[in-house]
Amino acid sequence: MTTTFDPYASSRETTEGTVYSVTGGDWDSLVSEIGEAKEERIIVNMGPQHPSTHGVLRLVLELEGETITEVRPGIGYLHTGIEKNMEYRSWTQGTTFATRMDYLSPVFNETAYCLAIEKLLGITEDVPERASVIRVLMMELNRISSHMVALGTGALELGAMGPMFFAFREREMVLDAFEAITGLRMNMAYVRPGGVQQDLPAGMTTRLRELVKTLRKNFKDNEKLLVGNTIWMKRTVGIGYLDLAGCTTLGITGPVLRSTGLPWDLRKMSPYCGYENYQFDVITADTCDVYGRFLIRMAELEQSLRIIEQALDKLDALNGAPVMVADKKIAWPAQLALGADGLGNSLDHIREIMGSSMESLIHHFKLVTEGFRVPPGQVYAAVESPRGELAAHVVSDGGTRPYRVHFREPSFNNLQATSAMSEGGMIADIIGAVASIDPVMGGVDR
Amino acid sequence: MSDAQQGMFGARGTGDTSGYGGLVATAAGTGSTERPFGGYFDQVADDLERAYPDFADAITRVVVECGELTLHIKKERLVEVARILRDKLLFEMCMGVSGIHYPERTGSELVAVYPLLSMTKNQRIRLEVSTSDSDPHIPSLVDVWGGNNWHERETFDMFGIIFDGHPGLTRILMPDDWDGHPQRKDYPLGGIAVEYKGATTPAPSERRSYQ
Repeated sequence: MTTTFDPYASSRETTEGTVYSVTGGDWDSLVSEIGEAKEERIIVNMGPQHPSTHGVLRLVLELEGETITEVRPGIGYLHTGIEKNMEYRSWTQGTTFATRMDYLSPVFNETAYCLAIEKLLGITEDVPERASVIRVLMMELNRISSHMVALGTGALELGAMGPMFFAFREREMVLDAFEAITGLRMNMAYVRPGGVQQDLPAGMTTRLRELVKTLRKNFKDNEKLLVGNTIWMKRTVGIGYLDLAGCTTLGITGPVLRSTGLPWDLRKMSPYCGYENYQFDVITADTCDVYGRFLIRMAELEQSLRIIEQALDKLDALNGAPVMVADKKIAWPAQLALGADGLGNSLDHIREIMGSSMESLIHHFKLVTEGFRVPPGQVYAAVESPRGELAAHVVSDGGTRPYRVHFREPSFNNLQATSAMSEGGMIADIIGAVASIDPVMGGVDR
Repeated sequence: MSDAQQGMFGARGTGDTSGYGGLVATAAGTGSTERPFGGYFDQVADDLERAYPDFADAITRVVVECGELTLHIKKERLVEVARILRDKLLFEMCMGVSGIHYPERTGSELVAVYPLLSMTKNQRIRLEVSTSDSDPHIPSLVDVWGGNNWHERETFDMFGIIFDGHPGLTRILMPDDWDGHPQRKDYPLGGIAVEYKGATTPAPSERRSYQ
């Protein structure tokens, strides 16, 4: 027989022995007892396998009731050693690695990497205009597909299922266009040093014009669902606050920075790929919160459509122009063509190297196996990805492979703001805060 | 950079006879760029000299290549210079840290590179600091730019550079109990065993390759 006091079952001694009467806890005394406790600290481990953490992100939360007192993000679950791998591949092969980092914005990864190589090679000015226009077109299409995931999953994580269906419907259409152009829906390695891998297929500009029309109509569905929606605003307005000073000290760029009212967009501030020739607006908000970032992404969709339309006009005017730098020591010799069984080697090119020109074959072999050399030096090339400043720091020792490639990933950097945005807030609001950063773990961990 | 290279597969003497690609690659210069640097770089250098009287002592080299300015800074002066760049020259943002490992550069094997951005003036420069393998310490810049926290952890994780003064310098991408720093050039890479007469596929670093 125990003599310890049990608050849920008081006991009394009778002639038959001890009798317990289970009455249920005295709730009032229990609550007052807890209220007197000096500290009620709970550590919650959220993730890495959690549907609301945007991939394999682990958040170690220290809670006091439902209030977050400390957040420690844990990352690295998706580390694939891409930067190291690139040191053992030729410069051109590197694009197939770079494209796989941030899997929602492959074209941006490739472009940042290729712009850096072109800067080292000194051929930035030699990249044909049509190639630059195609890059812009692909990047803006990619911005739409990436923002669609940000909006769709962000809404889903806050409990709204409808927006996700609409967002992924739109994203599928963009990915279909990618497949028609490059042969792949994601991870295309389409942008190559010196230009792009191949020209647009025939009739593509017409098809993309139709796509722009459809998207412009479809975007309204999500707008109607979310903009001004009371529930949505209660979950997002004033949540995840981070002002300009916070963004500056933490190195935050992209929609999070623009939600503080600063119109900082590399497409305007230091244009690349000819962005200075397009008319578009930099969208800002002045609320510094999740709702502001959401509105920015919604409005950027329309700006991307505007840029795509201008790019399509330029492409029609540049029909038949080269899409790869003229220097045959850099331009990839393999020409791809769309055959009856899908995208594959161009039969014309195979006929030439196998049947008629020994020199062509040698050139093809040397360039594909050895690749080209890049003069020694280091450069830093940045592009405005959907998440902020994505930059490649590329170091060459003069060889056929990069000596070192480092990507300044906006997701990696911006994820540091999680603590600043959510400490002191409610636990439910950290979901919205993280979703508004829009981190992609493939990019964070590389 | 590493030494000047000649020929394919490290061949010396006769070298390659195909005449392909020029074949002789020169190593990058080790000297400073002479003025004028061009663009806003002269202005940045002037402003820094004015705001920081020890410029000549702290900054060992000023290099302009590919249209980018790099200031090579003695590591013990890094924090001072960074503070002045932030407060006086308005480089409000540091875009991170990128490590580089040059095993053949005795005494300055490890390099940390910091790209800086001034949003006010729309200017970019780069700081470069080197240290030796035997004493892999570089002062931390987390106090100057808080966003460097994770970047320095990553560089520590990948290169083993110890950032003195960092609030919590732990591994960030690799598991906590990992041995070694994977992006160093001397980090051993694994080969792959193949099921054929006990052969193995050599590690990428040991395969024959074009240089």
